Amino acid sequence: MSDVVEKTLIALPSLLSLDSQLGAGKLSSTSKLGNLIRSITELTSKHEEEKLIKKELTALKEQVSSPNTTSRQMKEIMVRAIYCEMLGYEASFSYIHAIKLAQQGNGLEKRVGYLAVCLFLNESHDLLLLLVNTVLKDLQSTNLIDVCMALTVVSQIFPKDMIPAVLPLVEDKLTHSKEIIRRKAVLALYKFYLIAPNQVQHIHDKFRKALCDKDPGVMTASLHIYFQMIKENPDGFRELTASLVAILKQVVGGKLPVEFNYHSVPAPWLQIKLLRMLALLGKEDQSTSEMMFEVLDESLRRAELNHNITYAILFECVKTIYTIHPKSELLEKAAKCIGRFVLSPKINLKYLGLKALTYVVQQDPNLALQHQMTIIECLDHPDPIIKRETLELLYRITNGQNVSVIVQKMLDFLQQSKHGHTTIVLVGKVAELAEKYPFTHIAVVSVPIRLCTYAPDNGWFIQTMNTVFSLGGDDMQPEVPNNFLRLLAEGFDSAEEDRQLRLYAVDSYLSLLQTDTCHLPQRFLQVMSWVLGEFSFLKADLEPGLVLSRLASLLDQDLVTTETKSWVLAAMCKLCGGVVGEGVAGQVAAQFGGSLNTTLRQQAQELHVLSLDQALRSRVLPPHTSWDGLEVDSSLSFLDGFVSDALAQGAAPYKPPHQRQEELSQEKVLNLEPYGLALPVSLSTCSLMDRQSPTGFSLSSGLSGNSAELPHKGGSLKMDGVKRVWGKEGYLPQKEAAEEAPAMPSPPVPLTYRVAAARTRRWTPWPAPRPLGPDQEKQQLASSLFVGLGPQNQLCLLGKPDVAPQRFRRKTRPQDPEGGSDWLSVSSHSSHSTMDSLLDSSPTPLGEELNTTALLGEELNTAGFLREEPNAISPLGEGLNTADPMGEDPNTTRSLRETANGTTHLGEGLNAAGPLGEEPNPVSPQGKEPNTASPMGEEPNTASSQGPEDTLAFWSRAEGETEAPEASTMATDQPPTQADRLTPPPCATAELLEPHGSELLSLASDGSVDLSARKLYKGAALELQLYIRNTSSDQLQHVSLQLRSAELQVLDSPNQSFPLLGDHGAVTSRHSVVMETPLVQAIVGGAVTYHTQSGSANELGFSLRLTLADFLRPLPLSTEDYGKLWLSFNHDVKQNLQLLLDKEDPLSATLNILKEKLQFHLVEIIGTEGILACQLLPGHPCLLHCHAHSGTLTVWLRSPVPDLPDCLLYHCQRVLQER
Amino acid sequence: MIKAILIFNNHGKPRLIRFYQYFAEDMQQQIIRETFHLVSKRDDNVCNFLEGGSLIGGSDYKLIYRHYATLYFVFCVDSSESELGILDLIQVFVETLDKCFENVCELDLIFHMDKVHYILQEVVMGGMVLETNMNEIVAQVELQTRMEKSEGGLSAAPARAVSAVKNMNLPEIPRNINIGDINIKVPNLSPF
Repeated sequence: MSDVVEKTLIALPSLLSLDSQLGAGKLSSTSKLGNLIRSITELTSKHEEEKLIKKELTALKEQVSSPNTTSRQMKEIMVRAIYCEMLGYEASFSYIHAIKLAQQGNGLEKRVGYLAVCLFLNESHDLLLLLVNTVLKDLQSTNLIDVCMALTVVSQIFPKDMIPAVLPLVEDKLTHSKEIIRRKAVLALYKFYLIAPNQVQHIHDKFRKALCDKDPGVMTASLHIYFQMIKENPDGFRELTASLVAILKQVVGGKLPVEFNYHSVPAPWLQIKLLRMLALLGKEDQSTSEMMFEVLDESLRRAELNHNITYAILFECVKTIYTIHPKSELLEKAAKCIGRFVLSPKINLKYLGLKALTYVVQQDPNLALQHQMTIIECLDHPDPIIKRETLELLYRITNGQNVSVIVQKMLDFLQQSKHGHTTIVLVGKVAELAEKYPFTHIAVVSVPIRLCTYAPDNGWFIQTMNTVFSLGGDDMQPEVPNNFLRLLAEGFDSAEEDRQLRLYAVDSYLSLLQTDTCHLPQRFLQVMSWVLGEFSFLKADLEPGLVLSRLASLLDQDLVTTETKSWVLAAMCKLCGGVVGEGVAGQVAAQFGGSLNTTLRQQAQELHVLSLDQALRSRVLPPHTSWDGLEVDSSLSFLDGFVSDALAQGAAPYKPPHQRQEELSQEKVLNLEPYGLALPVSLSTCSLMDRQSPTGFSLSSGLSGNSAELPHKGGSLKMDGVKRVWGKEGYLPQKEAAEEAPAMPSPPVPLTYRVAAARTRRWTPWPAPRPLGPDQEKQQLASSLFVGLGPQNQLCLLGKPDVAPQRFRRKTRPQDPEGGSDWLSVSSHSSHSTMDSLLDSSPTPLGEELNTTALLGEELNTAGFLREEPNAISPLGEGLNTADPMGEDPNTTRSLRETANGTTHLGEGLNAAGPLGEEPNPVSPQGKEPNTASPMGEEPNTASSQGPEDTLAFWSRAEGETEAPEASTMATDQPPTQADRLTPPPCATAELLEPHGSELLSLASDGSVDLSARKLYKGAALELQLYIRNTSSDQLQHVSLQLRSAELQVLDSPNQSFPLLGDHGAVTSRHSVVMETPLVQAIVGGAVTYHTQSGSANELGFSLRLTLADFLRPLPLSTEDYGKLWLSFNHDVKQNLQLLLDKEDPLSATLNILKEKLQFHLVEIIGTEGILACQLLPGHPCLLHCHAHSGTLTVWLRSPVPDLPDCLLYHCQRVLQER
Repeated sequence: MIKAILIFNNHGKPRLIRFYQYFAEDMQQQIIRETFHLVSKRDDNVCNFLEGGSLIGGSDYKLIYRHYATLYFVFCVDSSESELGILDLIQVFVETLDKCFENVCELDLIFHMDKVHYILQEVVMGGMVLETNMNEIVAQVELQTRMEKSEGGLSAAPARAVSAVKNMNLPEIPRNINIGDINIKVPNLSPF
């Protein structure tokens, strides 16, 4: 440290002398900064530094407020304030002075002022409003530097609301003669585009002009905007491909001036950007991709120089080549390039090589095989980052055969690395893998016996998860324990297997609890106590008091948190039978009887009561029940009576937190009122007009001031809150969703790695390590890691790229609206709430219900087995699958169905369902030859296309039937019930017409498969119907469909598979999609994989664009309800839109267009105002208030969801512009 | 997009920090500390990329850094930036500093923090790469410095006099800031 000080001292005089020429005032100021810095450097402790800075800040504060401070001094003060802020000390007193300096200072002082503003303030800071005028002035300045500074500040921080004020000026700058100004203006507009895309919509053609600018710098800047826009909507910009390719060609060809070269590479950053854009454009689009093959080849060829930056270009090239439509010649070259990266001695390149491998391994597993030795070496690399990237690569190539080796490697890494975030992510991945292959057995017979020893088993699964829990600590994602417990609770197909697994878990936890538990994370203890409470009955020879005493010993430890203790107590409640139980429970009750924590006290008390009353216990917590069908009354409807009684006695109604907040903020508005009235009259009325409430539009004509509205919102508002929570209407949307979900047919799910045969094998330990040479060892490791890769197993690989982890494949249950992560917390308390209700002596037959549902669960198992294992090769499965598209291709399906016919009752039942689906189509039973022209493709919107739907509707109902309670045995009961359903009900056609759909959209096709989709606007979700049609004359096998979306939620299983698809046959798969977070548009992507008869595997990727409008549904409301709702929503957006030109009634014409296009509910039109309501699935309401005046339509949107108004406004704008 | 640019020395003392995404003050300091903690542990012969900090942006976030003598230059970027491209951008930035300061060292960064900021502003604007050509950057900075010189020499005295007069009534100034001629919405004056 001291030499730094010395250096400072030596350097100071020269610095001072350098500055002295700038005027005498500067000298003292620099030395002040110098002094500050020097004294800070001399300090040894943080505490002293703090003291010194505090002193400095006080001095600064004094100086800034002194009237004698010149702006030159102010400039220097700002630099010191910046320095203090950088060290983490707030100098908020200087913010206002920074703005002032920017406003009043001349050139240099202004520059410091702007810099300080950029560093001090953020976009939402109130003071920023004061800067707007300065920016405006500087944008109009003739001084180029002022303009530059203003543009810089605009692109760094600018309040969203103020964009319209500066937008025209910034736009003007696009035609400025100086290229630097144009370039900065483009970047400023890019910033505007990022924070408020709607506002710059009208200047897209100017962006185009910037792209064609004669200065390459401006063009480069405009690429930022286009990159963003292409990322959001690649389809909209495909026509840009040719221009971008042309630009890249020129750049690569060295057509740019020499000054753009960097290490004699022409404009490398520009090349990188262009390549990235091409990748986005060419993805899943063959014709676009073909345009860029040549230039990509050229880029690869040119990038021969051995500089870092050429590798950057090469890397982007490779990624682009693997992203766009494949061309074998290019792929070959790209693969070679990846080799250069991976084998490079430079560690940065090796890292990128691994990244590239990870990226391409799904398409080309052979490449990983080629470099397997390098990958093995990287596993032992000293750099943890390289190691982690290697693990990421391995994670992508995991299959049932190498899972245990890879998981072991990951756990080894976890044991070494202590970095928080990495651990969390990796722990999640290990858990995911372990759950994905909990006891996978080798399905491929040809695999050498040696490998079988690696095959995981129950024991492996539990042991792995134990390691995960103890390593993961308490920071791991909550889904990990939740999913684990869920997996244990729900079990798999075979009851025996479940038993084994649970028994193993119980055994292992009992022995763990015997040892010292204080180092175990809380999460792990919670998992243990739950499992012991739930499943320790499985262990027959267990001494009754043993588990209880082990659990009770946890309660004594200080390190165990209250939450964990609560879990332990809940577990003990389940086990507390017998004399021993009474004793322990008594002790615990005594121990916690005086606890300050009321929850623990209550639970201990309950434990005590339950241990004494055996009958009560078996009623509340029936032993040995399954988890299926346990219902949680989330609306707490059993309290309705209590609530209404309380309300009748005059209790204050419940208000949800957000409403309380809303009212608070409204009170704030009230408090502000005097200030508001104090404003000049013109201003206040103007602002009031802008913010009129639609609820008040009966009053609005005579509206004169705020006070007019105050009485209006009084009492009615409160009642409204009550209604929404407790009443029937308020909960309707949610209830609907809950009711809708079980009605969906749970689609069959692929079981790629499983064989249907029963299996029970104990875990075999790893083979004893024989003394091996290091090379041999690596070879062996390689063979165990890369097993299952390569051509014969391509299906496994292609089967899982990027698929959302499918943890609970065996039992698809209806989607619970809560989502997976909340499940555990609900379930852990469910017994509790049941108990509460019992203790409250409101006798509900809940316990009995539980028993019935448990029984039901078992039946579900049988039913589920049939439904969910289409891979099991049986005529039944065939019949099921081919029955789906009955309406589409009567000839093929009929013949297939005839094979299924008679084999089982179920098949018969389906067959009987057939005629219904075929009704719209001409039935030709004798036509055995394949019918190539599917009627569906020809007339997508006519009645005939309703055929498949019709059948499917019945199919889903038939399935629902199998889940119904009375279906005790499938084989006997099923046919009659189905037959009952077969008489076409009169309402069928009306029902069919109800959810209207889009036209048939062709998604993708290749030589043998044609994929098309239809959007069906259902009430609770958007249903996507995907039709896979085999256009070749060969049979296709193992057809599987995967759907994924980063932004949307696919409600039911996103994967479907069909074992066989006959020549010219077709199958349909249906997926419900909802939009949880509002987006202007979103993409659902996916792929169909299939095997042709010759055995080669193919993949056909597709993507489908969905807009917000697809998820909008009308929200029927009365004007009165609308008014109440309006007040409770707190996110709003307001903008002027164009009013349609209509002679008679422009307002209603415009609103009707909106209603028609965006599915609004038109609540009412009064005079020049109209109100509309809609909801975004699943159930986010949005209200619109429109006011027409002088050719414009002022639209005001409000919603409880943050981005919804913004996105919706965008679509309104679009709709009106398209007219 | 570049989320943040951090320069700190071998002891973790910040020398320049610039955030292009808003973080609260204490969060910024936490990010600097965590980043320093991550970066300083690494040898010089390992790769220059780091992933998976928990503070900025989660998994869509990379640290790309270079270590020069006593200083670490760290760029926090999201996945839309090229790793090697940013690595060379750091090089360009440092070479530009070197050109502007003539043998740049840590002390230059300390005492001319504002100037370093101005140079950076010409390289990265609002989180986007603006200019990668060193000569162009230097030219822009020099243009501004020339303005500085001319002010210091010719117009310094009158300017100072004017500003002294202007600032006579300093406490009054905030109220006098003119925002009348543009349409400013009065914030949070909802009629309800």
